[in-house]
Amino acid sequence: MSAELAPRRATGEPVWLRRSLLIAALAFLVVFLVLPLAVIFQQAFGSGVGAYLRALGAPEARAALALSLLVAAIVVPLNTVFGVAAAWAVGKFSFRGKAVLVTLFDLPFAVSPVVAGLLFVLLFGRDGLLAPLAAAGGIHVLFALPGIILATLFVTVPFVARELIPLMQAQGREEEEAARMLGASGWRTFRHVTLPNVRWALLYGVVLTAARALGEFGAVSVVSGHIRGETTTLPLEVEMLHAEFRGQEAFAVASLLTLVAVASLVAKHVLERRSPRPPGVARGGPA
Amino acid sequence: MIASATARRRRPPVLPGLPLSLGLASAWLGLIVVVPLAGLLVAGLRVPAAQLVQALADGRARAALALSFGAAGLAAFVNVVFGTLLAWVLVRYRFPGRRLADALVDLPFALPTAVAGIALTALYGPHGWLGAPLGALGLKVAYTRLGIVIALVFVGLPFVVRTVQPVLADLDPELEEAAASLGAGRLRVATAVIAPEVAPAVLTGFTLAFARALGEYGSVIFIAGNLPGRTEIVPLLIVIRLESYDYAGAAALGLVMLAVSLLLLGALNALQRWSQRRAQPAEAGRGA
Repeated sequence: MSAELAPRRATGEPVWLRRSLLIAALAFLVVFLVLPLAVIFQQAFGSGVGAYLRALGAPEARAALALSLLVAAIVVPLNTVFGVAAAWAVGKFSFRGKAVLVTLFDLPFAVSPVVAGLLFVLLFGRDGLLAPLAAAGGIHVLFALPGIILATLFVTVPFVARELIPLMQAQGREEEEAARMLGASGWRTFRHVTLPNVRWALLYGVVLTAARALGEFGAVSVVSGHIRGETTTLPLEVEMLHAEFRGQEAFAVASLLTLVAVASLVAKHVLERRSPRPPGVARGGPA
Repeated sequence: MIASATARRRRPPVLPGLPLSLGLASAWLGLIVVVPLAGLLVAGLRVPAAQLVQALADGRARAALALSFGAAGLAAFVNVVFGTLLAWVLVRYRFPGRRLADALVDLPFALPTAVAGIALTALYGPHGWLGAPLGALGLKVAYTRLGIVIALVFVGLPFVVRTVQPVLADLDPELEEAAASLGAGRLRVATAVIAPEVAPAVLTGFTLAFARALGEYGSVIFIAGNLPGRTEIVPLLIVIRLESYDYAGAAALGLVMLAVSLLLLGALNALQRWSQRRAQPAEAGRGA
């Protein structure tokens, strides 16, 4: 059945061609993926471990880390809850306007992060639609925490829903209907039937949301105002250090974000082994 | 079949929760996505049409638009070539480190764009691992348009690999064997049998990589040099317009970018329907 077991015989390329294709692909991989990854740690540790730790211990870096963690702590639960709700509706039911709902959930992926930030500047900036509302409530949205949270919510809306929807559609509703026939309540059915079936995809969606919430740059950059120690998230701190020609410190802070990224790659690898994707359902990644 | 028929006869209690989950999801989308988009439209409508046109027609905006579309198209094309090659190698060949290589493909998707930006700048800068030897050859990458394309190739790579890879993996080897046994050479099998099967996925990958590259900001601005009219991309120009409180100019460019995003999203949906239609007969045949 599988291509691996079938002898290659007539359908393989000649050895010289296989070798050239392999070398070309791996060379591309090294230049475009391995070297950029390696250069981050080389630059971060280039002046020794002491300098690395000093850069991470700097008050601005610690404030940026605290802000990024706070933003993620607010954004991740919200987008998880609403993503699960969307997946339940889209994955288990059919209703009018379903395609529109799915497209809207995908939309933030297609929109430039800068445009995402622009949306909130236009909404809450001078003459903005919601500016009077925010002013009446005495809330500063732009150049403050609420703006950063809104921009981050926008760019991370798709992740959980996207991981869950194809899986829940593929699983259908027979198991849930069986649970209902046996007398389980709706909530119990969801907790004990649906959730266990999708838990790894859900976990991966949460990991992706968290990684993006910590690492979002463009959208946050537009709304943050770059106030050092106040509205500077980790990626913005990286940018500011870099602009001040404090390269080693910039890369030290960047290495934290790189570790988060690598952890999300490992998570994908592990979760993929736990729950093989159903046929035709692309897992993870961008698509 | 039998099970589902019985289930239908007994009329199982309907699953609850549609109004609640749909209500929550719609309200959330409305709040976080739809209202902000409406804000952009309103802001755009408030600006007199002549001013909108002027904001797009000035030399700096036109140069930025040409650069963004050109560089994104070029990068997406490079991604198609090398992404398809990578997908082929990862699916068809067995070599040490294959799993690691496979996992690494997602790196550009996972790595925050600002981090990618400074890493690429260090790599291709005048003293970088690649910048120094390339500079000795007379090829300047950092702070040029070439640098922009390289950054966009980086961010777009996973899109092509991850759309082509599953299609190649699901390709029926019997098709190739049949073609080969009928006397087709390897090149002919590749162009006449394999290429048509993966074409929709390649196109989808191109569109995804292009869409991502067009809106990309973080990984580009560090390596780009950001010279107005030469190495200034549209997202950066939007930021600059906003910083100088030219909301009309920013909104005009933002509307163009949003319209293109919507068009590309529509194209992706159409591509998906097309490849599903093509896949269905094959799937049915396999299931039987």
